[in-house]
Amino acid sequence: MDHMVYVAAFGAGEAMLAQAVNAHNLANASTAGFRADLLSARSAYTDGESADTRVYAAMRNTGIDFSHGAINATGRNLDVAVNGDGWMAVSLPDGGEAYTRRGDLRVDEFGQLANGAGMQILGESGPIAVPPFSEISVGADGTVSIVPLGEDPDSNVVVDRIKLVNPDTAQLGKGEDGIIRLAGGEEAPADAAVRLIPGSIESSNVDTVAAMVQMIELSRQFESHVKIMHTAEQLDQSSAQLMSIS
Amino acid sequence: MSQALWIAKTGLDAQQMKMSNIANNLANSGTTGFKSSRAIFSDLLYQNFRQVGAQSSQDTQLPSGLMVGTGVRTVATEKLFTQGNLQKTDNQLDMAIQGRGFFQILLPDGSQAYTRDGTFQLSEQGELVTSSGYSLQPAITVQENAESLTIAGDGTVSVRLPGSSQTSQIGTIQLTNFVNPAGLQPIGDNLFIESGSSGTPQPGNPGLNGLGVLLQGHVESSNVNVVEELVNMIETQRAYEMNSRAISTTDQMLQFVSNNL
Repeated sequence: MDHMVYVAAFGAGEAMLAQAVNAHNLANASTAGFRADLLSARSAYTDGESADTRVYAAMRNTGIDFSHGAINATGRNLDVAVNGDGWMAVSLPDGGEAYTRRGDLRVDEFGQLANGAGMQILGESGPIAVPPFSEISVGADGTVSIVPLGEDPDSNVVVDRIKLVNPDTAQLGKGEDGIIRLAGGEEAPADAAVRLIPGSIESSNVDTVAAMVQMIELSRQFESHVKIMHTAEQLDQSSAQLMSIS
Repeated sequence: MSQALWIAKTGLDAQQMKMSNIANNLANSGTTGFKSSRAIFSDLLYQNFRQVGAQSSQDTQLPSGLMVGTGVRTVATEKLFTQGNLQKTDNQLDMAIQGRGFFQILLPDGSQAYTRDGTFQLSEQGELVTSSGYSLQPAITVQENAESLTIAGDGTVSVRLPGSSQTSQIGTIQLTNFVNPAGLQPIGDNLFIESGSSGTPQPGNPGLNGLGVLLQGHVESSNVNVVEELVNMIETQRAYEMNSRAISTTDQMLQFVSNNL
């Protein structure tokens, strides 16, 4: 049988994978701070006898879509969105540092600042421990200040400052847990120029319309691969017919 | 079969959960002391098909890998403890908390629950109870013949008895605070119970230690923002439609295979 059926079958499988990535983006269309995954095909040459015309199309991640999501005002004093480029530093379960733009913050049961996904927000030196407070606010530069429990409203105390970074996005990638971090597990230096918008949340940056168009395109691409498989089958049949002794 | 089907299914589940949450918020837009909640999503783990940076030969590495996400999940529904509007009712047993804190309620099984719903009533023994009949802690008992009842901002409850020109104190209402109120577990009936993530209850007198003050003759209405919920509903419906579209498209792709091969 001709090799073309393998090229087409591989292509159809990869188109199905790409559809999965697209469905993952769509499924996360309302996950706060989510960054869409980008995918593209690369040509994979197979060298070998009579294989010069057989070029497989293999899918690969071409990184993360770092465009910004929409900023939704919520009015909650612990909701923060990053204004423009930049990231908030969070701590990974293994103690490493990762970066997120997800700003639905809360004070967890240990009195530490964490986001909606349960990751602890990092301050200037490690996680931010918030003492008992009656009022809490986050400033545009990431400064977390509280009115301690039982004190006058004018006795504001600065607790810490959220570590805001702005590393080169080319160095950022997602781990298998979907959390964005620097290649090699390095830590980015704090950047004083990154600003927050208090009282707002950045939504997912998935462009749902583009994802729908992509879905149609991938499904047609898949169909043409299947069509080629069908054609290969017909070709095979007719050559079998030609050779048959009747 | 195809992962895309299951991934889109997780998307449908999540939007369905969000919709239930919105419906619950809207249904309780008139519930006294109700706190709205929001669904929190997070992306699921990624499947690594081709490791980025793996050796493609002894001296070369794959410049990019292939990772496919597996969808979305609802991590939590978080209660938003913003202040609800205060409504004047002039009912002398109605109380609203302006600021932080909860009323402590004794459940029939002897455990403690907490509420922001301040529509209290009197039991047949003259005790202050919630509309479900659970008593307020510490218990306040009003004499049968009391003529008027006054609750001060700091929780002091006093009554005037017939034939007396002076009022007499019969007790103090205490409020309870938590480090992380969003961690409280809602159990219905406008009640919350302590959980591992709420922190321990810290009782105190109203107006002290960051606790709110009491307002007699007022109730705190639900903090649901109806307009916001409706906008959320539109967004949820569209996201749901798109995810169901992903399922039907994947289905068509598979159908095309079985029809053509």
